[in-house]
Parts: sequence; C-alpha cells; structure tokens
Amino acid sequence: MPSFYHETHTLFGHLRNPVLQWIFSIDHKRIGLMYMVLMFTLFFLAVGAALTMRAELFAPGAQFLEPQTYNELFTFHGVTMIFLFIVPGIPATLGNFLLPLMLGAHDVSFPRLNLISFWFYVLGVILGISSLVTGQGFADTGWTFYAPYSIRTDAHVLSTLSAAFILGLSSILTGLNFIVTIHRLRAPGMGFFKMPLFIWGLYATAWIQVLATPVVGITLLLVILERTLGIGIFDPTKGGDPVLFEHLFWIYSHPAVYLMILPGFGIVSEVLPAFTRRTIFGYHAIAISSASIAGIGYLVWGHHMYTSGMSDIARVIFSFLTFLVAVPTGVKIFDWVATMYKGSIVLATPMLWILGSIINFTVGGLTGLTLGAIGPDIHLHDTYYVVAHFHYTILGGVIFMFIGGLHYWYPKITGKLYDEGLARIAFGLAFVGFNMLWFPMFLAGFFGNPRRYFDYLPDFTVYHQISGVGALLIASGLLLIVYTFYRGLRSGRDAGPNPWNATTLEWHIPSPPPLENFPKIPYVDFEPYEYEAGEPLVQFDENFRRIR
Amino acid sequence: MQQEMAYDAQGQPHPVVDFHDDYGGAKLGFWVFLMTEAMMFGTLFLLFAIYFYRHTESYVASSGHLDVWLGGTNTVILLVSTYTMGLSTMMLRRGRVRAAVLLVGATALMALIFLGIKAVEWNMEISRGIYPGSGVLDALDRGEILFFGLYFVMTGLHGLHVIAGVALMSWVLLLIRSGGIRPEHTIVMKNVTLYWDFVHLVWIILFPLFYMIGV
Repeated sequence: MPSFYHETHTLFGHLRNPVLQWIFSIDHKRIGLMYMVLMFTLFFLAVGAALTMRAELFAPGAQFLEPQTYNELFTFHGVTMIFLFIVPGIPATLGNFLLPLMLGAHDVSFPRLNLISFWFYVLGVILGISSLVTGQGFADTGWTFYAPYSIRTDAHVLSTLSAAFILGLSSILTGLNFIVTIHRLRAPGMGFFKMPLFIWGLYATAWIQVLATPVVGITLLLVILERTLGIGIFDPTKGGDPVLFEHLFWIYSHPAVYLMILPGFGIVSEVLPAFTRRTIFGYHAIAISSASIAGIGYLVWGHHMYTSGMSDIARVIFSFLTFLVAVPTGVKIFDWVATMYKGSIVLATPMLWILGSIINFTVGGLTGLTLGAIGPDIHLHDTYYVVAHFHYTILGGVIFMFIGGLHYWYPKITGKLYDEGLARIAFGLAFVGFNMLWFPMFLAGFFGNPRRYFDYLPDFTVYHQISGVGALLIASGLLLIVYTFYRGLRSGRDAGPNPWNATTLEWHIPSPPPLENFPKIPYVDFEPYEYEAGEPLVQFDENFRRIR
Repeated sequence: MQQEMAYDAQGQPHPVVDFHDDYGGAKLGFWVFLMTEAMMFGTLFLLFAIYFYRHTESYVASSGHLDVWLGGTNTVILLVSTYTMGLSTMMLRRGRVRAAVLLVGATALMALIFLGIKAVEWNMEISRGIYPGSGVLDALDRGEILFFGLYFVMTGLHGLHVIAGVALMSWVLLLIRSGGIRPEHTIVMKNVTLYWDFVHLVWIILFPLFYMIGV
C-alpha cells in the first residue's frame, strides 16, 4: 500500500510538482510534518540565541555583546521559544499527525482550515523574524511585552506584536479543528472514555487555545493601537493602567503554560503503558485531571503579579488557587508511578526521556510551589530562581516529553528505526547537561542574582560557569538527536507497523500510514491500553475486524 | 458518496461520520469560533467596565457628546437586518430561493447603510478634533480620553465585523448562484446567519454602553 509520502490530496486537486504537493497538501500528516521541520529550525535558532547569552554570561562584565543586543537576544529567545515553538509545538506537529490516526478518522474535520492555520503560522514566523533584518533591531521587551515599556521603546515591537497576534489566530484555528474532530470523528464505538490519553491532553489544550488566546490577541492589538494611534488604554500618562495589561496578558499566558504541558502529559500517558506492558493506572483520573488542570489554570494568573500592586486578599486568593493546580497534577504523577509499579519496564529511549521528564518536571513543579506562596515569591521574584523554575517545567518537562514522543512515534512517522545506542547517549548528554545548566540557577537566584540582566556580581560567577558547561552538553545532546534521526532515515531498519507492542489504533496500520489512514474504519469497543501477557490484547485483521 | 460502515465483533454495521459534508461538525465548529469572538469582545467590555467604574462622571459626560439618534437609528437597522437574514435562511430551506436571495441582498444593503451612518458619526467626532492621539482629546479629562479611546476601538472593531459580514453575504449570494448553497444544503447560510446574529448582539450591548449612559 503506498504511504502518504507517495500520494496526497492538495488544495488544488492533483499537482505534479512534488514541492507544491507538500506546500498545498491538506493531508493532516503532511501538514504536521511541515510544522515539524519549520518549528525545529526555529527551535535551533532560539537555542543559538540562548547559547550566545550563556557565552556572554560565562564571566562577569562585558565580553562581546552590547547590553541592548543582549536585551534583543533574550526577547528573541523568549518570543521564538514561547510563541513559535512550545505553545503551538506539540498540537501542531505530533497532534496534527496523530489525532486522526488515534481516533480512527480519515482526516481532521476541516482539512483546508488546517492548511490555512499552517499558512498563518508561516506568516507569523515571517513577520516575527523580519524585524531581525529590517533595521532598528528586534524587540527588546521580553516575550511578555509589558506596557508601558512596550509602548515607549524605540525597538521594533510592532512587527513582533503583529506576529504574536497572527500566531494566536493560527493556534485558535488548530484548537477549533481539534475540538470538532474529537467531537465528531471518533471511530464508531469510541466513547470519550475510550479515547487515548494523548487525545485527552489535546482536547483540554484545544479548549484553552480557543478560550484564552482571543484575550491575549485583543490585548496585543490594543498595544499595537497604543503605539500607532495613542489610544491610551494602557498608557498611564493618559489615564490608562499598565497593571491591567499584566492582568489581561497573564489571563492568557498562565493557561498557556498548561497549554504547553497538557499535550506533554498526554505523551507520557501513551509511552508509559507501551514500555511497562500494562494498562495505565487510573485512566479516568488522568483524563479528568487534564480537564481540571485546564479549568483551574484560568484562575491562577495573579501569581505573576504579587509584586505589581495587588490587594493582600487578592494575593492570598491567587496563592491558594495556585496551590490547587498541584492536586490534579499530583494525581497524574502518582498514576504514572503506579503504572510503573511492578511493571516490566523496558528502558528504551522514549521511556528514558519520559522518566527524565517526570524527574525534571517534579523539580520544576515543587519549586513552583515556593513561587506560588506569597512570602517566598516576594524574595525570589524576577531572580534566576524563577528562570530555573520555568526552564525545569518547560524545557525539562515539556520539551523532554516532546522529544520522548518524537522517539516514540518516529517509527510510525518514517517507517524506520533509529539507532538505539546513539539515541541513549543523546539522552544522557541532554539529561546531565540540562541539570547542570539549570540547577545552579536555583542557587544563584536564591542568593539574589536578578534575571534579564546583562551582567552580574562576581560572587555568582561559579553558578554561571557550571551553567555554561551544562548548556554545551545539552546542546550537543540535541545535535546528536538530529544526527540519530537523520541516520535512521537514511539507513535505519524497517520498523513494521508496531515495533513497541503498543495498543492504540495508530499502531494497527502500516508505518508510514497510507493516505487516508485506515482502509476501513475499525469499531472501537475496547479500552485504549489493554495488555495480556505483554502483548496487545486487541488485534485486527486487514479489514479492521477484530480477531481478538 | 457511499456511507462507510464499521463492523463490531458481532458483525453489526455502524455508520462512520466522515469529514466531508459533516453538518454537525460545521455547526459545532462555528459555535466554537463564536466563543473566541465572545472572549475577544468580552475583554473589551471588561476594560470598559473597569474604566467606567474609575471615571464614572467623565464617562457620562463624554457619552452625552455622542448622537443618540444616529446610534438609535443604527440599532433599529441592525435589528431589522438580523430579522431579514434569519428569514432568508428560512425561505431557502423551504425552497424559495429567489426570496432568500432578495432577503440576503436586503440585509447586505442595511449593513452598508449602518456603515454609512457610522462613518457620519465618526466624522462628526473627528471634525470636533476628537480622535485617538489628537491634541484636543489629550487636553481633556483622563476618563474622557479612555472613553473615546475605547469608543473608537470597539465601534471600529465592530465595524470591521460588519464589513466582514457584507463580504460573507456577497459570498453567500455567489454560492447560491453556483449551487454551493441549496435548499437541502444550507450549512454555510446558517453559519453566516449565526455570525450576523452575533454581530448585531455585540452592537446591542455597545449601544447602551456608549450612547445611553449620558442621556
């Protein structure tokens, strides 16, 4: 059977040119792969910016960067990583590729809309990156665009703001498409509680995308109007209130944190059953905790603003609500641990990344509690402690989960296996490098090293130097992954449909999948993760009738 | 196209929902889209409420500058236009294509009149020197600066939605002509009607907030 690499549907019927076949393809798998290539290119650009900053910070004092360049660099790093990579990342890449496969559908509900959101994404990327080359330099506001600075600065904020606005639109359209697909196109028999947990993660994410992104969209639009027309809404000289900007910004951006992590949690819940060869512990609890994290995530934005001027009562309430998020998150973590308990764990590379991510994320989550409490936060606010905390959750958590997922679904996407030995070395480098990079930052921040500064006191030198070495290690680990994947593509062994003995629907079709995924849609009247003596319990014949 | 079936263990067939022509999906998708619109306008209404609370007196004073009669006329026009738009969908479903076309055309015409009146109003403010960033406005009280800032942003954003509505209605007319919308295939028509309902609903809230608090 020819795979989706050989044939495709496009927006304009049958196109001969293979490049146009990709650019105009409305097949969810090709769109997912296009996102993947573009996003990881940007990811490595942002990694480059981070390494440059680390090099500058290797010793106190100025080395080779101007302070203004440094401000633009960390803004570029933040904007690219947050808006271009991690927020849309997992849903747009793995989500697009896998959602219809896991649901037992031929495609997403609106394939053309899917392609249009990709184009919006490309437009956003072009707008965002353009200010790098068109004079005046990149924005220097940090990725949060806090008013009134973002209104007053001479740097090129307009194009970055418009880029973020358009990327928001793209993200909304993807979320909308996923919600409708999940509601409408589940295979017959598949109730909501028979869906794989990755789908649950994407579902909760999609609702956040749809309900939170418009808020930040209009807020950024107001800043744009502020800069161009001077309407005054956030400008204190005209009676506007910059703290309101912070409120509106974080009403989106805190749920966005969960928007980043929830699909990652979904990946963990897919990988664990496959490599422990048993059904996931507490399926319902994990599914519902995704939804409750999404819900509670809306109510906690104020914890970014303890020092911005809020009433004490509001601070106490936000602190309490922030702690509340730990409950469903804890439920998930304990369920994963319970899944592994007495399981026959296979320490393949995806499993290593997932275990690493659980460790990192736990550190990140627990340090989040100290920041959620008002007292410690006043001390730690805007220090490297915060930077270490969110890198532990986002880089050590989400990106580790993302990379674990990439390894896990690599055979499905390419039809090939990667070299296990190389992949493990890459994981080792990245895990050790990551912890060397960020753990010292907790200490530096605790002792009072402020974030976002181009320079630091000589007392902090040792932390920054250990970090610098760690940064090199993790960067080489990331490069090794790229090489491993490339080599797998060139000379890897054929993977076959189900190399990991996994149970969900995508593993029952050939790798790489054919154009319309399923020759016949299966009837799903079973739980997603059922094993019997280490083998998937459910099996289909070639017409997707159940044999077992 | 033939209805695809999935077969369970007992060999019973179950119909598969396909993404082609999925009426329920198209409807659900549009409702979700409207939620994003509601969140966006909701944010602006929230800002309005907060500044109204802080500067009630100057809000009331600036509201008095707006022309209630022009705004009121526009409200009536929008109300009638929603009625004709809804009626057009009903007519189409009953197979009365020509009546439907006329009603959509009438709706689009009313939308254009709405925009015309809006332009007259904006022009009145601007000729008095009141527009965002103008010297006259910036010399006024802070509450008034915020009131008119929000006035231009919110009515402007609403106006953009009206323009989009006119474009959508022209598209609907083209689709009816080419057979893309038929009495038995009205989902696009229904969604455009829903959209227009939303646009008129936003105005129904905007009107009292901006025009009536000063009366």
